[in-house]
Order: sequence, then C-alpha cells, then structure tokens
Amino acid sequence: MQRHLISAADLTRDDAVLILDTAEEMARVADRPIKKLPTLRGRTIVNLFFEDSTRTRISFEAAEKRLSADVINFTAKGSSVSKGESLKDTAQTLEAMGVDAVVIRHGASGAPYRLANSGWIDAAVINAGDGTHQHPTQALLDAFTMRRRLVGRDAGLGRDLAGKHITIVGDILHSRVARSNVDLLHTLGAEVTLVAPPTLLPVGIETWPCEVSYDLDATLPKSDAVMMLRVQRERMNAAFFPTEREYSRRYGLDGDRMARMPEGSIVMHPGPMVRGMEITAEVADSDRCTAIEQVANGVSIRMAVLYLLLGGNEPAVTHTRTEEK
Amino acid sequence: MSKILIRGAKVLGGEPQDVLIDGETIAEVGTGLSAEGAQVVEADGKVLLPGLVDLHTHLREPGREDSETVLTGTRAAASGGYTAVFAMANTFPVADTAGVVEQVYRLGQEHGYCDVQPIGAVTVGLEGKKLAELGAMHESAAGVTVFSDDGKCVDDAVIMRRALEYVKAFGGVVAQHAQEPRLTEGAQMNEGIVSAELGLGGWPAVAEESIIARDVLLAEHVDSRVHICHLSTAGSVEIVRWAKSRGIDVTAEVTPHHLLLTDEMVRTYNPVYKVNPPLRTERDVLALREALADGTIDIVATDHAPHPHEDKDCEWAAAAMGMVGLETALSVVQETMVDTGLLDWAGVADRMSFRPAHIGQATGHGRPVSAGEPANLTLVDTEYRGQVDPAGFASRSRNTPYQGRELPGRVTHTWLRGKATLVDGKLT
Amino acid sequence: MDTQANAQASDARPVLEGPDIARVLTRIAHEIVERAKGADDVVLLGIPTRGVFLAQRLAVKLEEITDRKMPVGSLDITMYRDDLRMHPPRALARTEIPGDGIDGRLVVLVDDVLFSGRTIRAALDALNDIGRPRAVQLAVLVDRGHRELPIRADYVGKNLPTSLRETVKVQLAEEDGRDTVLLGVKPAAPGERRK
Repeated sequence: MQRHLISAADLTRDDAVLILDTAEEMARVADRPIKKLPTLRGRTIVNLFFEDSTRTRISFEAAEKRLSADVINFTAKGSSVSKGESLKDTAQTLEAMGVDAVVIRHGASGAPYRLANSGWIDAAVINAGDGTHQHPTQALLDAFTMRRRLVGRDAGLGRDLAGKHITIVGDILHSRVARSNVDLLHTLGAEVTLVAPPTLLPVGIETWPCEVSYDLDATLPKSDAVMMLRVQRERMNAAFFPTEREYSRRYGLDGDRMARMPEGSIVMHPGPMVRGMEITAEVADSDRCTAIEQVANGVSIRMAVLYLLLGGNEPAVTHTRTEEK
Repeated sequence: MSKILIRGAKVLGGEPQDVLIDGETIAEVGTGLSAEGAQVVEADGKVLLPGLVDLHTHLREPGREDSETVLTGTRAAASGGYTAVFAMANTFPVADTAGVVEQVYRLGQEHGYCDVQPIGAVTVGLEGKKLAELGAMHESAAGVTVFSDDGKCVDDAVIMRRALEYVKAFGGVVAQHAQEPRLTEGAQMNEGIVSAELGLGGWPAVAEESIIARDVLLAEHVDSRVHICHLSTAGSVEIVRWAKSRGIDVTAEVTPHHLLLTDEMVRTYNPVYKVNPPLRTERDVLALREALADGTIDIVATDHAPHPHEDKDCEWAAAAMGMVGLETALSVVQETMVDTGLLDWAGVADRMSFRPAHIGQATGHGRPVSAGEPANLTLVDTEYRGQVDPAGFASRSRNTPYQGRELPGRVTHTWLRGKATLVDGKLT
Repeated sequence: MDTQANAQASDARPVLEGPDIARVLTRIAHEIVERAKGADDVVLLGIPTRGVFLAQRLAVKLEEITDRKMPVGSLDITMYRDDLRMHPPRALARTEIPGDGIDGRLVVLVDDVLFSGRTIRAALDALNDIGRPRAVQLAVLVDRGHRELPIRADYVGKNLPTSLRETVKVQLAEEDGRDTVLLGVKPAAPGERRK
C-alpha cells in the first residue's frame, strides 16, 4: 500500500474530501490557547529541502510542530549536493537516524517519486514540490480555500467543488502548482480553464482535463475563482513574451478586470506575488484576494496530510497510481 | 588450421544446411557435408547469420574505463553475435586524431573478440567549431571512414557542409547525431503528452527532423553522402523517405530500443529509460518498424551506451543518458521485426550485417554465407524465450531497460574469422 | 464510547429502552443541579458521536430545571487517543467549545459507555489544551466496568456488570433511529484478534 503523497493525481475524490474535512478540524486548533496536538509525538519528520522555499518549509514545520512531531530541517544549498547520488545518500543517512517521514522539495521533477519507489528508504515521502511536476499540498490548500469561500466553512464539509469554474492564469509551462491544481480540481468536480500566452502552455496539454484559452477577458465573467500564477521576469529573456508591459496588459489582473468577475468570486495567488506583473497592488490588497488566507490554510492542510499519512499504523489515504515494480 | 562443421543450420533462416569452416574462411556450404577432421557444432535448426556489424557503439575507452573498456565492450559484442563494431569518438580524449583512433583499433585487434573500427570525430573536441584531421585519421592504421560527433550535433550548417564535402576525397561518410541544440536546451524526454504531465523538459521531434532535413539537402547540394544516427521519429522517416526518392545519398539507422520502447516508460522516472534521442511515442515506434522493413531505414545500430550504476541510481534529471544494447539487440529485433512478420531472417542479416558493413566499409564483414567468404558467423537459437538478466552481461555496465523482460532469441555461437568467440552462450 | 465490535442485533438483548434512557437522563440532570449547586457554571461537553447527543439532551433537561441557557459543546478526542498507532487514522469529529470557554467553569464530560477509561483519559488531556476548568466531572449512560485506569464516573445512568466477551451498544434516535442499549456477545470468530 502507498504511504506517500507524491502527486495530486494520486488522490481519489473521497481521499481529497477527507483531507479537506480533516483540515477544517485542524484549522480550529489554531484558535485555541494551546495550538498543539500530541498526535505525532515520538515521530520524526525531516524537511529535506534541495531548493530554497522558506514559505513551504515554514508551513510544513509549523504543521509538524503543532502535531508534536520531532522536526529535522535539512536545507541543501548550492551545487555540492545537487548531484543525484546525494539525494540517495542524504535520504539514507537521514533514515539511519530514525526518520519516519521525509518532506522533500527538489528541483528535479520526479525526485520524490524516485525516493519513494527506488527502495532507497522505508520512510513515508511527502512531496513539497518537485521541479515542474507536482506540488500536491499546494493544490490541497488551494482547494480548501476555494471550498471555504465558494461553498462555505461548515456547509462545505463532506462536499467537493462540483460545478465551480476555476481559472488558472500565467506560466502554466513551468508550474507545478498548475499541474497539481488541474489534477485535484478535476477530481473534485470543478471545471478548470487555463489561460496563458501559447508560449507558456506545454506541448501535450490537450489531454489535460481542462479547457485552455488565450483570452483572459473572455474567461473572467464566468470564473468563480481566478488563480494568478507568478511569472518570473527572466522568462522574458527566453522569448516567452516580449515585455513585462505587454504581459501584464494581456494577462495581468487589475482592478478593471477584477470588476468583471462575478459577485462572490475570489482571486487566488500561491505566492510570492510579482506586483505589477501578473497582479496589481489594488487586486492583491482587495478583500477578494485570498493570498494570506492560503498561507494560513496551508498549515491546516499539511497537518491533515501528516495526520492521515502518519497518525496511525497505516495511511487513511488510498492511492490509485501503481508503484514501480 | 582447424575445421569446424556447423551441421543443420538454417542459413539466413532458410532450409537447414551444413557449413564447413576451414581456418579463417567458409570452405563449403551444402547438405550432408563430411565431418571428417572437423569439430562438429550441431546447429539443430538454429539460424545462422553473418556476423553482426554495429555501426554505433560506445566503448568508452579511453577515459571512462569504469563503464566499459574495449575488452569488455567487445566481449559484450561477441555475446550479442557481433563480429565488428564501430566505436564512437566521444571518449576522453576525443578520438579526433590519428593517435587515439589507432590506439582503439589496436586494442580491438589485441583482444580478438570483435573487430573494432574507430569512428573519428568530425570536429576537434566534438566542439563543432573546427574540422578535425579527417584525412589523417583515414590514412592511419585504423583506416577511419566514418566520422561523427555523436553525442553532439554538428549544428553549424557551414561546418556540416564542409565536412560532407571534405570526406568525398577519400570516400568517407559523416554520421550525424541530429539534434538542434537550442530546441533541446534542458531536454529530458520526448516532448508530448507524457512530458507535459511529468514536468520534464521536452525534446521535440522537430529538433531531430529539422537537422535531418537540412543535412539531406546539404548532401544533395554538395553531392556527398550522409548517414543519420539513431533516427527516432515518424517525421524523420518521412524526410529520409523523401530524400531517397529524390536520389539523395542518405542512409539511416534505428536503435533496438526505439523499435520497442515508448515515452510511457518514463512515467516511472526510472533513469534506465533515459536516452538520447529520447524514447518516443507508439506512433513513432510503429513508423520506425515499418521504415526498417521497407528499407527507408537501412540498418539497426545499438547506440550501446554503458554507464556506471551510480549514474543511473539517482533522480531523472541528474542521470546520464544511454542504454547498453549489444547483448540484447538481436532479441529486440526478433521481437519487434521478425516475430511480428515485418522482416525475415535474411532481412535481419541485411539490416544488421550486410548494410552496416557496407555503409562503414568494414572489409571482410557483412559478406554472404558462402564458400570462400571470411568465416564471420553467428548462430541464433530463435526458439528460445527468456528473461533478460543483466547480471549475466559481459558488458561492464548494467544499464539495460529490459531487466526482467521476456525476449525471444539467444545467440549461442559467434565466430570471428573462424575463431569461436562465443560457444554455447559462453565467451571463450 | 464503546469501541467494541457492533453486537449482532439478533443475539443482543436490550437492557435499556427509550423510556428508560429518558428517565435516567432526567435523574442525571437533577443530580448535576444538586451536586453543582444550581449548575450555574456548568458546561456540558459530549464526546462524539453519541456522547454529543446525550449532552444535548441533558442540556435540554437542565434548561427545563434551571430555566437558564445551558452551554453545551463537543470534545473530539481522536488526536489524543493512546491507541492511534494501532489503527489507521480515523476521520476527525468536531470539537465545539461554547463561546464563553471552559476557564473557571465546571465541565461535565458526557459519554455513552464507560469501559476502560482510556477515552476519558484522552478527553482530560484534550481539555487541558483548551483551558483550565474549575473542575471536571463525568456523566455516562452505562458503566460496564473493566477499568484500566483510575477513572470513575460522577453520574451513571446504569451500572451494567459485563464480561469482556460481551458487547454494549448504545443506539440513539439522532444517529441510529431509535433509543436503546443492547447487550450482546462478541462472536468468537476464528483467528479474531483480541484487543
């Protein structure tokens, strides 16, 4: 049986709803005087970060600590550990110290899958973002945020996102967030539209369970949630788009565009935001923007995932993807 | 010299015959030949082929003896039924001078498992900037006739043009590794549905096809000949087919793995499937088989690329590209071409021995199985089926994508100029 | 909450029926008022699932007796269980603490069956993380004995001596469609693991 969380595509609808429901209960812990549960006492989790991501690491660390796990942070900076042998060696070294789970962030797509399926270690593996592949806990926290806002905090319990229209805008090509979200939102019954200049959409996207559009203005009026992805300025140099100005004119979200979104719709951003590029300050600071909520929800979601994968003698989350032989 | 009688062998898959080897040559082919004074090998219905010739092998020596040497590589070749291999130039130092190619050539002769014909680099250091001393390599003891920067593409159109022109002086051929470098920056696998899902950098088919299109036009323009290494896409097949119909002097090779495996394998993120050019789609695989059958693709070449375990026991992006192939090539060709009815054994002899020897001008190899010819032969048990076990490889490396896979056919005997290099599946 | 396997309805016999349950809850409500001297600082916290319904019923009765609004909530103890590692993780139930909290108040924990006492131990730990009550008391519908920890109930609906081979199953209208307490015998299935 799978004990890992590698890809949002591995989650069934019921698994995903269970994680979201569990996260709602975890969220209530944050309102208590003592924001700590004894659930993972005596379990050791290592945060193995081969790529800088202070936000994600802190979010996992907060979740782990709130569940009373022992936390080891390993940040591999620079190129000395960028070679492949080091992933295996590092993971085996950590496991020799008695680690129960590895939360891994890696620049290479598939590194968490390799770690989980190569027989290198026995610990559970949780993907905290790999290359341009997947970032399942991000997709879960995004879905959690959407369900709260679009369905309701209590009304949403036990429910998915059926019938909701979600638009994801920006650098889809280089985005693990987009891939994870398309997979999970589809599983949860939402209808997803990806909007980007054609240069920032991958070849082969036609099989994804979503719509694709080059026209943001046509998509906005029917979007219950619009997720803006970060667009790195350096993409300009590789001719993905001509100038920052042209990008934001065609694909940026400003106040005028936001005004064309339906009543009650929300603007999401996984962060960090590039203000003036994909999103204006006016939108980023508006009540509709859930960027800060998403950060708070990230801790609850990660607590839920950790509890459901590590809280018992076997995981409560089933997986469909077959393990490598 | 000793005599060997191979009794009851299906020569090129035909009716069983006896083949008598006397010394280094085939003395007689017929039925009911006398065994007097000869050591008898009961072929018992096995298929006898001319010794296979591989136009595309990486022997790694000099420089990467941890992954393969001329000795281990030629032993692997003999195990796979080969009597001649062409050793690619991307060694350390690069085989871009007469000195390096002579060294590799001599090592092959000394070990005696398989003739080693070095391929010379087209440009100095494979850097694509300055022509290497092609004439000197040709005139050396190694007698180089095939030139390639394989591993890298000769992407500068002017350098490619000059190389194509220059080798005409001594009848050489340039073997192009067709890969447009800018289109494949950061490429990790075939660009398509699977790469989009896995988030791995894409290697688009057009990066291969655009170079092939350019090079066949260049070859036509300067009236030279060009060989295309490891052709991997359906589009490349169309271009080569068009070029041949125009009378352009182009030949092309396909690897066994591109005849069998697809990019779906990459879903495992197991770098054993990481290879350059990458595994393509089912549609490409079927087009390649068809093209090999109809002769658009001339030959099968292994692109045998040994790598040490640690270069594959890691995450995908960090892993080396390439697969070993010498010891499984014939089985994969039987699986994909013979057992599917696309090619008979005479066709296999043509694509894996006659034509590669002809393209590479390997004297004494790729000859008919008839009296007076050099006794370069391989005997294949085509009824055999078994799982591939890399532990039994003669190659120093184990990076095969076929581990545990059931494949047909097994080479039991190989003779290099009458000397057995493989007997009952065991190297001598 | 009885975590034993569900008794087979066929070979289980009712030991408390609907009217009995209503009667013992009324009695417990009166006892709480008496012991807590008017019950003006009482907070009722039910332990999911059935303890919550019992707490709500007790609250109604206490409101009838005292004519005051009775704070009632729920306390999920899943994350505090000492047997988490012995099972797959369970779905969490709701913890709902009434608005004024529990600090300085008399918390009455309400559960359906008191058995080993481990659930109550977990509940006390959970309470500790939520606030500091003046005192904590325990009300249960059935006490079936076999304590594994030094814990006792302050209010007991029915003392029901049982053997370990027997099962006690509380059914409540809100969850099960009817009110009853069933005493059954655990089927001794071959190879069944003892807890």
